[in-house]
Amino acid sequence: MAANVETAEQVRAIAAEKYKYGFITDIESDTAPKGLSEDIVRLISRKKEEPEWLLAWRLKAFRHWPTMAEPTWANVDFPAIDYQDAYYYSAPKSGSKPKSLDEVDPELLRTYEKLGIPLKEQELLAGVAVDAVFDSVSVATTFKGKLEEKGIIFCSMSEAVQKHPALVQKYLGSVVPAGDNKHACLNSAVFTDGSFVYIPKGVRCPMELSTYFRINAANTGQFERTLIIADAGSYVSYLEGCTAPMRDENQLHAAVVELIALDDAEIKYSTVQNWYPGDAEGRGGIYNFVTKRGACRGVNSKISWTQVETGSAITWKYPSCILQGDNSVGEFYSIAITNNRQQADTGTKMIHLGRNTRSRIVSKGISAGRAQQTYRGLVRISAKAAGARNHTQCDSLLIGDACGAHTVPYIESKNRSATVEHEATTSKISEDQLFYCRQRGISQEDAVALVVNGFCREVLQQLPMEFAVEAQKLVGISLEGSVG
Amino acid sequence: MTGKSAKKSQGKAKYMLEIKNLHATVDGKEILRGVDLSIAPGEVHAIMGPNGSGKSTLAYVMTGREGYQVTEGEILFKGRDILAMSPEVRAGEGLFLAFQYPVEIPGVPNTTFLKEALNAVRQYRGEPLLDAMQSLRLVRQKMKELGVTEELLKRAVNTGFSGGEKKRNEVLQMAVLEPALAVLDETDSGLDIDALKTVADGVNALRGPDRSMLVITHYQRLLDYIVPDHVHVLAQGRVVRSGGKELALELERDGYAAFTGAAA
Repeated sequence: MAANVETAEQVRAIAAEKYKYGFITDIESDTAPKGLSEDIVRLISRKKEEPEWLLAWRLKAFRHWPTMAEPTWANVDFPAIDYQDAYYYSAPKSGSKPKSLDEVDPELLRTYEKLGIPLKEQELLAGVAVDAVFDSVSVATTFKGKLEEKGIIFCSMSEAVQKHPALVQKYLGSVVPAGDNKHACLNSAVFTDGSFVYIPKGVRCPMELSTYFRINAANTGQFERTLIIADAGSYVSYLEGCTAPMRDENQLHAAVVELIALDDAEIKYSTVQNWYPGDAEGRGGIYNFVTKRGACRGVNSKISWTQVETGSAITWKYPSCILQGDNSVGEFYSIAITNNRQQADTGTKMIHLGRNTRSRIVSKGISAGRAQQTYRGLVRISAKAAGARNHTQCDSLLIGDACGAHTVPYIESKNRSATVEHEATTSKISEDQLFYCRQRGISQEDAVALVVNGFCREVLQQLPMEFAVEAQKLVGISLEGSVG
Repeated sequence: MTGKSAKKSQGKAKYMLEIKNLHATVDGKEILRGVDLSIAPGEVHAIMGPNGSGKSTLAYVMTGREGYQVTEGEILFKGRDILAMSPEVRAGEGLFLAFQYPVEIPGVPNTTFLKEALNAVRQYRGEPLLDAMQSLRLVRQKMKELGVTEELLKRAVNTGFSGGEKKRNEVLQMAVLEPALAVLDETDSGLDIDALKTVADGVNALRGPDRSMLVITHYQRLLDYIVPDHVHVLAQGRVVRSGGKELALELERDGYAAFTGAAA
């Protein structure tokens, strides 16, 4: 029996080494000095040739930041972060900013190819436009021309600041204010790049928009900021993917995403998060402290979050919807997988302000190894939200006997006409199911992947077709070695 | 291994299955106490016995389920010892178990499951893998032969299936995977007479000179429809009597009392 346990440990250790995105790109970087100071904030703003108002906005956030306490309510455990021991700006050094894909450093193109994201348009999945963010900056955006024909703006945040300052100034920080929480506040001070999307009135975006985030440089935090505005009657589906090299030290990723849906507009936002999770013993990995929030400002508007969270050492993330417009709809579909020593505290907030607003939450949590996972969700019905409805379904699946799953729902209702439903289940992956699959010839690991994919199906179905297959594979890979 | 037995495993073994003096424990408790059983290719054998005699344990030991410890004896399948093989390797070799209680796998469409299983077995056999369309075509053809409704394909594996649907689904999987030896564990349990006939028809359609079957059942009723070549009585972990199909009728008439007493 002892030998068995040892073998299982070894298998787990090997599985953790299998993170196939763990390579490092050898590229010369332009990196700001280590540490966080007002000078660094000014340097980032200068590098990006930002207008005065944005520098002032950053500095206000920077000065507010030390006064804020780190959130401590999440069920995660890690040593205090030394914010002075990190770099806040790192960009691949390739001279002037490339004007087209032909001018992008071939080493960068190869990196994205290795990640399965070819940036040459003819090789891309038809119907998907990509913005590639490498460390602190956006290196390429594809299909811009085609989108411009419809009046759609899809570019890096830095470019948006230059070319569409009025839109940025109007909406930046309007959903997630700089002082929202400590991580968002830091982001507001030092954010480096991210994606910007504007869909004009009545336009249905003809392709999936996607951003691929890559952390490459060591000791570098990634602080991207994404802003998506769907004007009245428009529709957009947006997807982000993330990876990072395997490194022994932890790296901070504190992003902010703001979505704004005006009257009758719909935004579908999907995430496949596969940051480096650390090794089997919990060394290294990304701290993924992200603030994502969408505002359904207009009547009949809809925001739908779908997330597949498989990576990161620690995930702290609650994509939320503020349902301001009457009849607006918020959705949150989530798969979170934690293996080995990973920790995740994730969920959503549905804030019902308008009348007849509706929200739906489907959360599937899978915990294996010695991982700890918490679903934390808030459903708040304000006094004015007559007829509001929420349905929450929260399922946890445990693999092995050394992991944990926790469910913490908060429900606040100030309106008697509201309906709030919460269902939760916790189950263990069953020996019967695994044996049944194996008796049919399916290997143990494939059986785990099959059963877990079945468990997650309701959420996987929400993903755009192009990415659903990828996500299914990722589910299997993330759990390799979880059954000894 | 002697030269002679090595040679035997190369060519066609005389027996599809040979179980010799098999002892097995579950949680330290001895359930099988020296089972001997030989099945030739093409033969259908029935194992009958009272509850708790070790029938299902035998099925699980043969298919390699965890928690079932073999303490003595051997199981040769097509002339090769399979005890060290994992369940999936045994399946690849052509051993199939139709479960007494088919397991529900929510969210996994039956088509997906059949394709995964089929390709896993094909890969083991060194055959080319099938894509979704090829696999579906094959499954549809088998369904037609078995008279199983298409509707079963779209639903999640066994999830919300009636007792009859679950057993038909087991037979469908058997038809798709084309095993050399199929073990049917209490396939009649929970079936009304019409469902029983349908399932038996499906099983009979799969009988052939190269395929053997081991039918485990408590009641004689199933054997009216799946007529065995040999019948064995398992009591208290041993085969205590073997005979032709008429033995089943005798058991139906006299019950198992004589054996449970005799073997004690």
